[in-house]
Amino acid sequence: MAHAEAHAEGQQHPLGIYIQVWVLLFVLSTFSYLVDYFHFEGYLRWTLILLFMVLKAGLIIAVFMHMLWERLALVYAIALPTIALMVFVFLMTHEADNTLLSRGIYFLGLGGS
Amino acid sequence: MTNSNTGQVAAQPEGMQSIVADWSSDQRAFKNVSWGKAMMWIFLLSDTFIFSCFLLSYMTVRMSTTIPWPNSSEIFALSFGGEPIPLILIAIMTFILITSSGTMVLAVNYGYRKDRAKTAILLLITAAFGASFVGMQVFEWTKLIVEEGVRPWFNPFGAPQFGSTFFMITGFHGFHVSVGVIFLIIIARKVWRGDFDKGTRGFFTSRQGRYEIVETMGLYWHFVDLVWVFIFAFFYLW
Repeated sequence: MAHAEAHAEGQQHPLGIYIQVWVLLFVLSTFSYLVDYFHFEGYLRWTLILLFMVLKAGLIIAVFMHMLWERLALVYAIALPTIALMVFVFLMTHEADNTLLSRGIYFLGLGGS
Repeated sequence: MTNSNTGQVAAQPEGMQSIVADWSSDQRAFKNVSWGKAMMWIFLLSDTFIFSCFLLSYMTVRMSTTIPWPNSSEIFALSFGGEPIPLILIAIMTFILITSSGTMVLAVNYGYRKDRAKTAILLLITAAFGASFVGMQVFEWTKLIVEEGVRPWFNPFGAPQFGSTFFMITGFHGFHVSVGVIFLIIIARKVWRGDFDKGTRGFFTSRQGRYEIVETMGLYWHFVDLVWVFIFAFFYLW
């Protein structure tokens, strides 16, 4: 927000930062592709996939979509509602576990009576 | 800021105080953002929720199925004469979309510098990348539907939910890209004609456009790229 050029018309920033982020996005995409290519499995795979995903998403939102230079009122108005999604994810993982358990018991006859 | 469309002149508080100050006392909340840009952000937020619902329902069916989920790494492999390379088409599509995001951001930049020719050309390049992305998706769909016999209710690899979630999620994303390409071409045409320099009034709005529309368009386009980041991670790499 202290960025001087943001106070000109619209969002104007030096080209350098865009090019840097652009290159970084390419590198991160290559990394996430290589995760699959080298068949990493288990927690290592998940950690790497999510890490590269969050970094890419963050870079796109912050620099390409200029959130880095917007006023906090707008940033929070857009960012805070997505917390509801995290709650939704939490609810649905439990729902899915429950469904899987019921299917195991009643469809496949694993455990239970 | 003395722009008539963005209001406010006085110095404003920063940090947490700025949120309270901006949202309180019956005034406009988004100080240096025009209504067009604010509404694009709010639309994108609603779109985030739609895509999240798709991805969440995908997560739920995938976690709860007792039949093994098809291996996306093998299904989306492609061979160029030799051994099939896993996920190669999807990787190429990812790079194409990132490249188009880069050209879009350059278009926004040149737009604010009022460099008509460069802005229009960069917008058209972005549209071309977008169109090639959709083309590859059509190729991928055709391969799955015609050669592999994947249907929303059936597929030869495993859990039948694979088809329905795949067509729903990538179809909705592809639709977003297609709409984006159309709007990129429309705005490129306006920039090329110099509508924003001459103050030509819009066909539907009867208002004078500004170069800011390129940035608003950019927000949409980057969002489409953003959604692909999540689809790539959750659908193809999981």
